[in-house]
Amino acid sequence: MIANIPYLAVAGLIIIGLYTLLFKKNLIKMVIGITILESGVNLFLITLGYRMGSVAPIFTGNADNPVMSYPVPQALTLTSIVIGVAVLALMLTLVIHIYRHHGSLHVSKLGGDDQ
Amino acid sequence: MKGMSSIVKTIANISFPIITIYGLYIIAHGHLTPGGGFQGGAIVASGLALLAVAHGTSWVESKVKEHDLSMLESLGALGFIGLAFLGLIMGGAFFSNFLADTSMLFGAIPVDGAANINTGGTLPLMNFAVGLKVIAGLFAIVLVMAIATNKEED
Amino acid sequence: MMNQRNILAAAFLTIVAVFLVFSALFMHPFGEPTSQAMDQYIIDNTVEETGANNGVTSVVFDYRGFDTLGEATVLFTAVASVVMLFRRLKK
Repeated sequence: MIANIPYLAVAGLIIIGLYTLLFKKNLIKMVIGITILESGVNLFLITLGYRMGSVAPIFTGNADNPVMSYPVPQALTLTSIVIGVAVLALMLTLVIHIYRHHGSLHVSKLGGDDQ
Repeated sequence: MKGMSSIVKTIANISFPIITIYGLYIIAHGHLTPGGGFQGGAIVASGLALLAVAHGTSWVESKVKEHDLSMLESLGALGFIGLAFLGLIMGGAFFSNFLADTSMLFGAIPVDGAANINTGGTLPLMNFAVGLKVIAGLFAIVLVMAIATNKEED
Repeated sequence: MMNQRNILAAAFLTIVAVFLVFSALFMHPFGEPTSQAMDQYIIDNTVEETGANNGVTSVVFDYRGFDTLGEATVLFTAVASVVMLFRRLKK
């Protein structure tokens, strides 16, 4: 069980992100929860490509052949981080417009009719 | 947002060229060391955001129009797609590396497995295009948000 | 505090948390990936085919350049949307 600590850290991050998204009523706190959820998924992508005792996949001119970790999951994580930044920018823009229109950031003060 | 005191302005003026040169170094050596277009572009954009925070939004608004930033970003995107279509015309496949191992612009052959700055093929050109796109895009986002939240304090 | 919505949310969170922790404990051990053929080919043939020393950059721009095209499109769409949403109509 000690050998699977990175996967437990991924599970912990996703649970914290989901808790913040479900139980908090402030809009900025919900945006932070979505960001923590994306960080957990990126961490999971990186830890899939590691081999024990390996180095980064950078070639030098030396003739020794060290064991290298896989480059493909790292490339996909790079794409995912950039997409996370784009989504965060759009979410914060919408939060600014909501605050200007309604005057409050609490979820219960938005929206029209409550039954 | 208003500018900060003169100590902060002086230190920001000193740090901004150092940060820009560091970011451009990481973009240019993307095929040799860890880094590349996206990482170096984020570094230069954060240096520009430091300048915007230290001097205030009015000063930055008088120097840079957001119309120029849109033009730079479109230039970066068009360069990236143009290189991909050139690979289709001259190499046979979309995105093919038609400059590697030839005697054209970036096409030296690595000696003994050690590449230098001349050996990338289309990789350094794509790094420059994507780096320009990321710099212009991220600084446009920061600038537009700073100007929009500034007008409420008038 | 204990209205219907909170009970439903707590039940959903408990189910997802149990599923995540159990699948984290029963995954393959950390450090021994299962399939090796594609990445081994990329590690062996990067320096001759692309002439670059960075394995990750050669995957991002040469072997899987199409995904980078999709990512550049997403970044461009997000920047265009943000700039458009803050535009003032000039009278």
